[in-house]
Amino acid sequence: MACPSSKLEFAVEQSAPIPISAGIDCESGQLLALVGPSGSGKSTLLRMIAGLSRPQAGRIACGGTVWFDAAKDIFLSPQQRCIGYVPQHYGLFPHMSALDNVRAGLHHLAPAEQLRRAIEWLARVHLDGLEQRRPAELSGGQQQRVAVARALARDPTILLLDEPFSAVDRTTRESLYFELAQLKRELAIPVVMVTHDLNEALLLADQMTLLTIGKTLQSGLPYAVMAQPVNEAAAQQVGIRNIFDGEIASHDAIARLTWLRVGALMLASPLRPRILPGTRIRWVIPNSGVRLRAVGRDYLPISHNRFEVTIQTVLPIGNEVRLTARMDGIDAPLHAQVPIRLADELHLAPGNRTTVVLLEKAVHILPQDCER
Amino acid sequence: MEWPALWLSLKLAMLTVLLLLPAALFAGRALAYRRFWGRPLVEALLAVPLVLPPTVVGYYLLVGLGGQSLIGQWVANWSGHTLVFHFSGLVIASIIVNIPFAVQPIQRAFEAIPREVRDAAACCGMSFWRTLLTVELPLAWPGVLTALVLTFAHTLGEFGVVLMVGGSIPGETKTIAIAIYDRVQAFDFDAAGRMSLLLLVFSIAVLALANGLSRRFGRRHGLPEL
Repeated sequence: MACPSSKLEFAVEQSAPIPISAGIDCESGQLLALVGPSGSGKSTLLRMIAGLSRPQAGRIACGGTVWFDAAKDIFLSPQQRCIGYVPQHYGLFPHMSALDNVRAGLHHLAPAEQLRRAIEWLARVHLDGLEQRRPAELSGGQQQRVAVARALARDPTILLLDEPFSAVDRTTRESLYFELAQLKRELAIPVVMVTHDLNEALLLADQMTLLTIGKTLQSGLPYAVMAQPVNEAAAQQVGIRNIFDGEIASHDAIARLTWLRVGALMLASPLRPRILPGTRIRWVIPNSGVRLRAVGRDYLPISHNRFEVTIQTVLPIGNEVRLTARMDGIDAPLHAQVPIRLADELHLAPGNRTTVVLLEKAVHILPQDCER
Repeated sequence: MEWPALWLSLKLAMLTVLLLLPAALFAGRALAYRRFWGRPLVEALLAVPLVLPPTVVGYYLLVGLGGQSLIGQWVANWSGHTLVFHFSGLVIASIIVNIPFAVQPIQRAFEAIPREVRDAAACCGMSFWRTLLTVELPLAWPGVLTALVLTFAHTLGEFGVVLMVGGSIPGETKTIAIAIYDRVQAFDFDAAGRMSLLLLVFSIAVLALANGLSRRFGRRHGLPEL
């Protein structure tokens, strides 16, 4: 039962038991990361793609085959969909050996072919020699590899991974990232991975979709989604804490800048000529766009956006210091993270004055939060 | 030792297990996995024999299966004998009384199978029967074994319901539990003691065996104990 390579098209709606209103596409050979906090419905979406959960409305198609169409009353069971599914805790059959776990997905083949393919796939995920071990006798990383081998051995139309790295230690996770990245290059099928870890999505995904309470917030290239969220909810979800109010002051087409009025300050941002001057907006800046130096040791880049600030709080966490500062003329605090060594060197302590540069390129106006 | 009474008890226990267990398997699975309206009521009804005095269950069975009841009349017309005070009535009564002992361990065993395992089976393309036979039953096996042992042992020791529905007809409805009662009534404590000891040893042996097998299976597969 070799399945053809395919593209996933998914658009579903439902109001209960978990409200879902989501649309995603994933091309063959691409890895789409569904990112969202717990309860955002990302695992439910994956179960809908797998056929383990039936949406109330919408359409799901893969490889030109319609798997679900509420309007035409089409619903294919998981058995009919030809999918590779790796659940969060792998869902291995605990009473079977690693070999039999992989063979369990190959029952449509002749016994000799089942055996050949199961052995081949276990070797491919570096588990040769462990074929007869039961899941309880394997480490978390090895269990994950068995689950991946079982999912892929049946030549699926799509590979679905539900938080595949959440149950393994950090070292194992690093090596599994590498293996998944390699596997992805060899597979000509869409891969959909659910994760709540943004770094995981950045490392592995070709496309990323942010979800919140069952709704698609934003889709796109991972770096684009992280740096240019469409609204405040998306910004918060990608970990941006610097979210401010402002107003479009003017556009400078020659310098390719849009000037924002923020409290008593003027701030330069990349040119956005379609937003009319006078429009109330929300803007964000990721942590990487905030540069901080003590006055007197000024190695700051040349920028229009140089502001005086007063340090308010300093909180060391691990190798970093998280601090808040108040810019003169703006009420909302500015959040920044600096290495702990630098914080000591620059005497960043509550009450101290310093200068901050907000990189123009990193200033991003939230397009969905502009006043109409 | 009243060997016919012991044989009758063993025959009743085996028949009860044979007839009840397959139904309990599907009922237990359905209760574990299906969500339907009235499920708490169904669960309560199935558990009723656990909390009602055996004489009350026996009374309702006597009335429900007796010659005056629709079922009793229909069976009497069809077979020529009534269900009460007959071995067949004893089997029906035993099945009904043992429903919770058979269904509940099986239900708990199916519930203990992680949803991810069942999902994975479906995504491996496995049919309902293939999943049941190769994944669910091997994993639920300790629960099925517990149900089998509990049903068998409980039937051997059942007294109140048997007495109400079957009376004490030698060779027909006089089980070993009734025989022990009769011997005590006749002040034959030696015979009653021998039969009681036999039942005691047998019960301890099968329960210990069942628990041992369940634990061994659980440890082998890293499953939680039921």
